[in-house]
Amino acid sequence: MASSVYLCLLRAVFLVCFVNPLIQGLSEDESVFQNPHHQQEENLTGLPIVTFKWHHVETPYLVIIWVFVAGLAKLSVVELNHHVISVVPESGLLIILGFILGGIVWGADRAQTFKLLPPTFFYYLLPQIILDASYFMPNKLFFSNLGAILIYAIFGTCWNAATVGLSLWGCYEAGVMGNLDIGLLQFLLFGSLIAAVDPVAVIAVFEEVHVNEVLFILVFGESLLNDGVTVVLYNVFDAFVALGGPRIDAAEIFKGIFSFVVVAFGGSFLGIGFAILLSLLTRCTKHIQIIEAGFVFVVGYLAYLTAEMLSLSAILSITFCGICCQKYVNANMDEKSVTTVRHAMKLLANGSETMIFLFLGVTAIDTEIWVWNTGFILLTLLFVFIYRIIGTFLFTWMLNKFRLVPIEVIDQVVMSYGGLRGAVAYGLAALLDEDKIPEKNLMISTTLIVVYFTVILQGITMKPLVQWLKVKRAAHSDLKLIEKLNNRAFDHILAAVEDICGRIGDNWWTRGWNRFEENYISWLLMKPKARKNRDYLFSIFHKLNLEDAINYVSEGERQGSLAFSRSDEAANVDFKKQFGSEFADVMPNIMVDMSNYELGIEHFSVTSIVKDTIPSVSLDIHGQDRKNAMDDINAHHLLQQHLYRSRKHHRHKYSRSHFSINQNEDEVQEIFQRTMRSRLESFKSTKMGVNPAKKITKHHKKELTHKMPNGHPDGTGHLYGDEVDIAVGSETGAINSTFMRDTYTVGAGIENPVFLPDMDSPTHSPPWLMETEAVAPSQRAQRRLPWTPNRLRRLAPMRISTCSTDSFLMADVSLTLEEHEEHSQTDHVEMRPVFD
Amino acid sequence: MGSTNSTLLKIPNVEVLMQETGLKLVAEENCLNVSPAHIIRLHDRFKALDKEGRGHLCPHDFGAIKELAMNPIGDRIIGAFFSPGKETVDFHTFVKILAHFRPVDKDRPKEPNSPEPINSRSNKLKFAFQLYDQDKDGKISRDELLQVLRAMLGMQVTDEQLESIADRTIQEADLDRDDTISFEEFRKSLEKINIDHKMSIRFLR
Repeated sequence: MASSVYLCLLRAVFLVCFVNPLIQGLSEDESVFQNPHHQQEENLTGLPIVTFKWHHVETPYLVIIWVFVAGLAKLSVVELNHHVISVVPESGLLIILGFILGGIVWGADRAQTFKLLPPTFFYYLLPQIILDASYFMPNKLFFSNLGAILIYAIFGTCWNAATVGLSLWGCYEAGVMGNLDIGLLQFLLFGSLIAAVDPVAVIAVFEEVHVNEVLFILVFGESLLNDGVTVVLYNVFDAFVALGGPRIDAAEIFKGIFSFVVVAFGGSFLGIGFAILLSLLTRCTKHIQIIEAGFVFVVGYLAYLTAEMLSLSAILSITFCGICCQKYVNANMDEKSVTTVRHAMKLLANGSETMIFLFLGVTAIDTEIWVWNTGFILLTLLFVFIYRIIGTFLFTWMLNKFRLVPIEVIDQVVMSYGGLRGAVAYGLAALLDEDKIPEKNLMISTTLIVVYFTVILQGITMKPLVQWLKVKRAAHSDLKLIEKLNNRAFDHILAAVEDICGRIGDNWWTRGWNRFEENYISWLLMKPKARKNRDYLFSIFHKLNLEDAINYVSEGERQGSLAFSRSDEAANVDFKKQFGSEFADVMPNIMVDMSNYELGIEHFSVTSIVKDTIPSVSLDIHGQDRKNAMDDINAHHLLQQHLYRSRKHHRHKYSRSHFSINQNEDEVQEIFQRTMRSRLESFKSTKMGVNPAKKITKHHKKELTHKMPNGHPDGTGHLYGDEVDIAVGSETGAINSTFMRDTYTVGAGIENPVFLPDMDSPTHSPPWLMETEAVAPSQRAQRRLPWTPNRLRRLAPMRISTCSTDSFLMADVSLTLEEHEEHSQTDHVEMRPVFD
Repeated sequence: MGSTNSTLLKIPNVEVLMQETGLKLVAEENCLNVSPAHIIRLHDRFKALDKEGRGHLCPHDFGAIKELAMNPIGDRIIGAFFSPGKETVDFHTFVKILAHFRPVDKDRPKEPNSPEPINSRSNKLKFAFQLYDQDKDGKISRDELLQVLRAMLGMQVTDEQLESIADRTIQEADLDRDDTISFEEFRKSLEKINIDHKMSIRFLR
C-alpha cells in the first residue's frame, strides 16, 4: 500500500535524524571521522577495487546498529515466553535486557561507551513520546478531569519535591547518611527532579492493566503535566543553587515562584499557539497531501524547540500543541494522511520508548557512576514511596469535596502505587552540574535505583494489586449508536436543568465552550468541507457501517462467493451518499458498479474482525487503537479493491506526489459508460417482465396493515422499510429509475438459483443466513435480510439478533449449493476478460 | 437555623416534599445529605420564574429562560415538568422533577421497605425515556426518535442520513423486533452507561 511505502520513508528519516547525535558525543576518534580522505590518499598505491571505509560511516552506522538492536530487543521481549511477559511488564524486561547488553559492551570495552546522554534524551527521544501521548489524548475525558489533573500535577509535584527534599535534609542533619557534601538547596533540587511521575513508565505499565478510564486519565494526565512542572521546578532550584544559599532573600523566592508560573503557563500558551498555526496550515494543504502529515511532526517539534529556546516549559508546550490541534488536524487532513500520522506517531513513540528503557539499562553498567550511600538511597526510596501515598490521599480528599463522582479509596491506592519514576528524572539528574553539586554521581545512582525499583518492582506488582483490590476495570463494550445518542441527550438535559435551577454549573460551562468552539474556533481552524459532516454521532454511524461492510463481505466470502450481489441493480450502491463524504474524493459522483466485484475477490481474504479488547481510552503507545486502525485499513482496502480495479496500480509507482485513484478522465468515463450500459440492459429485462416489481407494493400494504392495529398515533408520514428505500433510491440516481433499484431480485444474466433472491420464500435466502431450525423468518425479518450492499445499513439485526454469527457457522451448505457456487465461479473466469 | 426555618415554613408541605425527594430537612435525621439551603434556593428560583406570583408555573414561564429556548430539546424538557393534561406545575412537583438529578448517595442506609428513591437509576432513565416518548404509549417509535435526532443533529446531517441513523439506533435496541423501543429495551441497551453519573448534577447533592 501507498501508506506503507510512505511509512518506510518516514522510518528512514526517523532513524537517520534522531539518533544521530546519540553517538556523536560518544565516538572518540571524531577527528578521524572528519578527514577520512587524508588517510586514504596516503595509503593509495594503486587503484583499489574496493576499500574498507569504516570511519567514513562510523557514526551513522553505530546509530543504526543501536536502533536495530533496540528493535531486536523489543522483538525478543515481545516474543519471549508469554508467561514471563504476563508477569513482568515490557518496560521492565527492556531494562533488564539493557543490563545484559551493557554488560556485553562493558566486557568488551572495559568502560561504558554508550550511555543515555541528556541532550539525546531531551531533544531526540522525549519529544515524540510526549507528542504521541498528547495527540491521542481523549480530549473530553481529559478536560472534564482537568481540575483534578492540575491539582495533582502542580500541587502534588510541589508537595513531593518539598517533602522528599526536606525529609532527606532532616535525616542528613540527623547524621543518618554520614559525611556528604550537600546542603538544603541541593536536597530540594534532588527532590524536585525525583518528584515527577514519568509518563513513559506510566503508559508502559498501565496499558497492560486496563483500569477504568477516570483512573487512567488521572494518572496519565498527571504524569504528562507534572513532567513539565518538575522541569520548571528543577530549573528554579538549579538557579537557586547557582545563586548560593546566603544570597537568596524573599525577593528571589518570589521571583522563583513567579518564574515558575510564567514558564509553565507560557509554555502551555506557546503550545496552543503552535496548535493554531498547525491547524491553519492543514487547512490549505489540499494539494500537497503527500507531505501534509509531516507538518504535524515538524510543527510539534518546533513548538518543543521554541519553548526550549525561550526557556519556557518545552514539555508543556508540545503537550498542549498535541492536545489542541488533534481535532482540527484530523478533520482537515486527508484520511490517508490521518492514518499516516497515526502510524508514524506510534512508530516514533514506540521506537524511542524502547530505546529509552534499553539505554536506561545499558547506562547502569558503568562503574564510574555508582556511588553507594545506604542511608541516602534507602531513605530516598522510602520517602518517594510514602509521600506519594500521603500526597495522593491528601489531594484526593480535598478534591472529593467538589467532585460529582468521588475518587474511591481503591483508586487512590492504585494512583499512589502508580507513581513510577522514569527517564525524565534520570535525564535531569544527568544534567546536574558537577561543579555546583559535588554529589552528582550519588544523585544519579539514587535516581537510577528509584527508577529501577519503581519500573520493575512496582510494575510487576501492579497487575496483581489491581486484581487483588478489584479495581474497576475499563468496561470494554461494543460501540453503540444508542449509547452515544443518549449521551448527547443527557448533556442537553443536564444543561437545561441547570438553566431551570438558575445556577451556573459544569454543564453550563461545557455548553458555553462547545458553542463558542463551534461558532468561532471551528470556523477559523477547519476546512468548510470538514465542518459539514463532522457530527460525532454521524461519524460513529459511519464507523459502524464500515464494520458491517467488512463483516458482510467476509461472511459472504466464507461461503464462497458474493455472487448474489453481482446482479447489476442490486449492486448499485451509492457510496457517496451511504458512507458520507469520505469517498467523494475517490469516486466523484460515480455510482459504482459492483459487477466489477469479482475481479479481485479470489486474491483477497478479509481478516476476520477481532473483538475489541482494548478499552476506549487506552492510550498505550503499543496497541494504539489497534482495532480501529485495522478496521479502517481493512475497510478501505476492501472497498478500494473491490470497487474498481483498473489501472490504478500502475500509476502511483512512478509518481512521488500522487496516489490518486480514478482521477483519470478516461477511467471515469469508462466506469460511467459501463455502469450505464449494464443499467440499460437490466432496465430492458425488467421491462420484459422478468421480475415484476409488484412485490414492493405488496409489502407496503402489509406494512401498513400491520402497523395500524398497533395503534400508531400518526399514521401519516411514516417511512418504513422499503418505502424508505424507494425514497432514498429516487434521490440517489438521477438516471436511475426508482423501481429498478428495488427490483434487485432480477437475476441479471447469472443463472444461479441459489442466489436468486425471492422475497416470499425463506428457503431462498443466502446460505449463511439460513437458520438451522426450519422456522420461516417473519415477514419483517425477511424483509430485513441484508441482500445487497444496498442494504448495508440494515445489517444491524445480524449483529444483535440471536441468529447472528452463530447461525452463519451452523448454516449447512448442501452439496447442491456448492455445485452452484462452482458454477458461478466458472462464470467469473469467463467473464473476466471482458472487464480486463 | 432560625431564619432558615422561618423561610422553610413559607413553603407549603415542605416536610412531605423533603421526605419524597430525599432533600431532607432536619439535622437529627442522620441521613441528612442536602442542606435545606437547596430547597430554599430552589424556592427562590421558583418565585423568580413565577413572575406573576400565581404560585405555579406555566410553560411560558419556562420559555422565558433564554438559554433553555436555545436548547434543542428544551421544549421536551419543559414538557416533562407538566403531567399530561395539566397546564401548571406547583413548587412541589417542580422540586420532585428536579430531584431526579440528585446524585445517588452511596452511604444512605438501605431500608428494605422504603419506596425507590426518586433519583434511582431506573427513575433517571424513565425521565430520559419520556423525553423521547412524546405520545406516552410506552414506546419510542421511529418517528419520535427521528424528531429528537433532527433536533439534536440539526443542520449538519442530511435527512436521509438521519433516517438511517434512526433505523440503526432502533435496530440496536429493538429486541422484540417491533420497530419500536420499549422502556425495557431502552434500559437494557443503556446497561453499560453509568447513568448515576451522567444524569446527576453536582450542586443538587
